[in-house]
Amino acid sequence: MKPKRIKQIEFGLLSPEEIRKMSALKVITADTYDEDGFPIDMGLMDTHLGVIEPGLRCKTCGRKVDECPGHFGHINLAMPVIHVGYVKLIKNLLRASCRSCGRCLLNPREIEDAKVSLQKCLDNGLFNETDTVFKEVVREASKAKSCPHCGAEQKKIVLDKPTTLREERHKLTPREVRGRLEKIPEGDLPVLSVNPEIARPEYMILAVLPVPPVTARPSITLESGDRSEDDLTHKMVDILRINQRLLENRDAGAPQLIVEDLWELLQYHVTTYFNNQTSGIPPARHRSGRPLKTLTQRLKGKEGRFRSNLSGKRVNFSARTVISPDPFISINEVGIPYQIAQELTIPARVNRYNIEVLRELVRNGPDTYPGVNYIMRNDGRRIKLTEKNAEHLADEVLEEGCVVERQVIDGDIVLFNRQPSLHRMSMMAHTVKVMKHKTFRLNLCVCPPYNADFDGDEMNLHLLQSDEARAEAMILMAPQEHILSPRFGGPVIGAIHDHISGAFLATYHREFNYEQVLDILEKINWLKGMPEPDRVDENGIRYWKGISIFSLILPEDLNLDYKASIFDTDLPEEDTIVRIRNGKILQGTVDGRSISAFKGKILDTVVREYGPDEGRKFLDNVTKVSLGAISQLGFSTGIDDQDIPEEASNQIREGLQMASDAVAKLVRSFHEGILTQLPGRSLEETLEVEAMKVLAKARDVAGEIAGKHLGLGNSAVIMAKSGARGSMLNLSQMSGSIGQQAVRGERISRGYENRTLPHFKRGDKGSEAKGFVKSCFKDGLTPTEYFFHAMGGREGLVDTAVRTSRSGYMQRRLINALENLRLVEDGTVRDTDSVIVQFKFGEDGIDPAKSIAGNPVDMEEMFKKRMIYNQENDPLKKEVKE
Amino acid sequence: MVKIDVTKHMLVPEHIILDEEETREVLEKYSINKESLPKIHITDPVIKLIEAKEGAVVKIIRNSRTTGSAIYYRFVVAK
Ligand SMILES: [Mg+2]
Ligand SMILES: [Zn+2]
Ligand SMILES: [Zn+2]
Repeated sequence: MKPKRIKQIEFGLLSPEEIRKMSALKVITADTYDEDGFPIDMGLMDTHLGVIEPGLRCKTCGRKVDECPGHFGHINLAMPVIHVGYVKLIKNLLRASCRSCGRCLLNPREIEDAKVSLQKCLDNGLFNETDTVFKEVVREASKAKSCPHCGAEQKKIVLDKPTTLREERHKLTPREVRGRLEKIPEGDLPVLSVNPEIARPEYMILAVLPVPPVTARPSITLESGDRSEDDLTHKMVDILRINQRLLENRDAGAPQLIVEDLWELLQYHVTTYFNNQTSGIPPARHRSGRPLKTLTQRLKGKEGRFRSNLSGKRVNFSARTVISPDPFISINEVGIPYQIAQELTIPARVNRYNIEVLRELVRNGPDTYPGVNYIMRNDGRRIKLTEKNAEHLADEVLEEGCVVERQVIDGDIVLFNRQPSLHRMSMMAHTVKVMKHKTFRLNLCVCPPYNADFDGDEMNLHLLQSDEARAEAMILMAPQEHILSPRFGGPVIGAIHDHISGAFLATYHREFNYEQVLDILEKINWLKGMPEPDRVDENGIRYWKGISIFSLILPEDLNLDYKASIFDTDLPEEDTIVRIRNGKILQGTVDGRSISAFKGKILDTVVREYGPDEGRKFLDNVTKVSLGAISQLGFSTGIDDQDIPEEASNQIREGLQMASDAVAKLVRSFHEGILTQLPGRSLEETLEVEAMKVLAKARDVAGEIAGKHLGLGNSAVIMAKSGARGSMLNLSQMSGSIGQQAVRGERISRGYENRTLPHFKRGDKGSEAKGFVKSCFKDGLTPTEYFFHAMGGREGLVDTAVRTSRSGYMQRRLINALENLRLVEDGTVRDTDSVIVQFKFGEDGIDPAKSIAGNPVDMEEMFKKRMIYNQENDPLKKEVKE
Repeated sequence: MVKIDVTKHMLVPEHIILDEEETREVLEKYSINKESLPKIHITDPVIKLIEAKEGAVVKIIRNSRTTGSAIYYRFVVAK
């Protein structure tokens, strides 16, 4: 059958007659079940409304549980009540119509005009524009002092939230409101936003309330045997009880006051039945104090029907646990605990080639790994394996054509995911490696794309259930295929932290002895024999340079020239400019610029020119060599890495004092009015700008002084300069000065009357009073400095909180708009109706992941390559060599 | 008020009305009918200026940082 296309959806209102007509039962008793647990006739659980208990039959349609869809019932309300969902519209209708004759309070010509502009909107398909017309009509009509049709004087109507309407001081009862609405003639309704063909305004006042089928509000039986009713049932009980009391009081001729109170109570219950979060009234609560989840709450928000049940689904064959690192597995692998491997299964169809292998698995049963949890026999029966029946099933039942649900084994393809899944690299296809212990293990190089760390992060894992899915995932979703990011055309997967420190330590002026080299090469499974030593000392002891060891893992014909992270004009070029010829590092230091995620130059080149397979091998080897080296050499940082000589501290303190004095001088000249005003700035702004300039400079100078005493022998400096972690700014804040704290990009200025804290004089504009922190983290902050620092820090936290929620919402909307687009074979991008969105992907057909930082070709690099080639093949040089 | 020729603006790409033959070729190339082309409203300033009729197909030549120029087609619609 051809799928049908929904052209439009019409929303209308049910009339009391329609509600009665579609009702299978008039509900009159508030009781649900009798002592024997049977539904009470004419009660809320009457089997006319559908069945939820097995064995019983529906009295309306005669079907059993799951076959009967359930049927609506109804309650006749003793007095009419307002439907909360429509109060705004009711208010507008009352205001825009005559209180005496019911006509719209515009003169006939204006009504005609409005009808014309409405029709125009509909003809042009501008359905959203109709709202403006309605708003205009209501605004103009409610201005009328008297009716243009009958001349009756009009009174002001106000809405007292949530459901009380007042005309001047008189409270309108729902009955009066209904009377007014009934009088509005059909001809005037269209301009008041009501379509008379599908709704009458008086239907918004409820005289009959539909009772949802029991299937929509099933009761649950607790373990203790007690029955617990759905929140909607509770609400219906409340409505029925009050309705009954209201009916009795009214018929007995009770005082008006009592009847009115009960009427209002009925209104309250019906209101909360629709929406228990109506503003202005307390939410109805369960006996335990928990607010009831009524109709609106079922639909709305993240946990509502739409977002939780229709847009989102739960899946089987998935697992979640804490993650931890393992540098000895590949970036393509994921370590899985036995406990999880034994729970998760993959279906395998038995054929003549695999029957013996599978028979052994079946024989293992569910408890001996690797085993089988279920067998699907040829007749379709699913049998659960136990210790006891495993042997029997393996020998007697297993045959070709059966489906065996076998436990996960090494080499299976699984999807691995960490929330929030903001880009495609948040979900990649890893190869399983079953391991001891209870965490998922992953190679550290894949931390950046998942944005994972190991401070308690958990990740999800999904088993692929079909061969097609596995093949597709392996080819498209493996981490090695995502080393280069489509976001910026560089590596997102790459070395981080200790890998970089390790590479730096190994390659910066470092030699290794025989044992050390052996230890490192053993880790990468090096089988090509010991490389030639770089140096043999007078005792005949052989030494290998770190860069030589590192060269072993490079492709043999790699040629590359670039500046290392530690590049600095003060350092000799041999250390800071990396030169690679034919896979040999001739000079330079391997650090962040070479191998790191986001910046790694060697990594980028290897993946681009030798493909993802080589890229993966390279990264796996980098991990092992770097960590091998760092384990050999040892590396740690501590508080004494922030120590600087007494003399340097004094120098820093003097510099900061001078800056403070300079600011004081600026403030003085400001007060004396001799400060030179900057163009386009007020005098005050000038002072702020100048003070900020002086203080920023002071911080930098303090950092420089501190930096001078922190050399490459310092672990913290090694991490900062090699690009492993932290920056020199972080270090200068630890041992130099923290610097100016800012809120909204300005020096701190708010708090008390004309001052930031009571510790300062009013109007003090000096550096200390405006949030300049002279101290460094190591020495510690003064109380006022600490307070300013907290102010600056808090702004950062608030900003990120606001940003994430806003960008999350924007992304949700973007994805909802774009998720159905696909790339067609002819290169066009189309939507589900095959309407073209782009004639070429991105209008240029370039895969951003394969671009060079966004450009289709890297001319500079090509020229550089050619130059290296020319140098290498220089005929003059060749002769010399020979 | 001075009327500005929007086609002269640096951010407005060149719009060309295709004749019947060219239109047929484009539709054939992508094996689609006009309705599957991206749309442009007849009240669009450029469309008004070049006086394209409802049902016409316009070719738009945009500047591209990566490929120099990129070609796009749009179907002129009235609503
Ligand atoms: Mg974390
Ligand atoms: Zn039924
Ligand atoms: Zn009137």
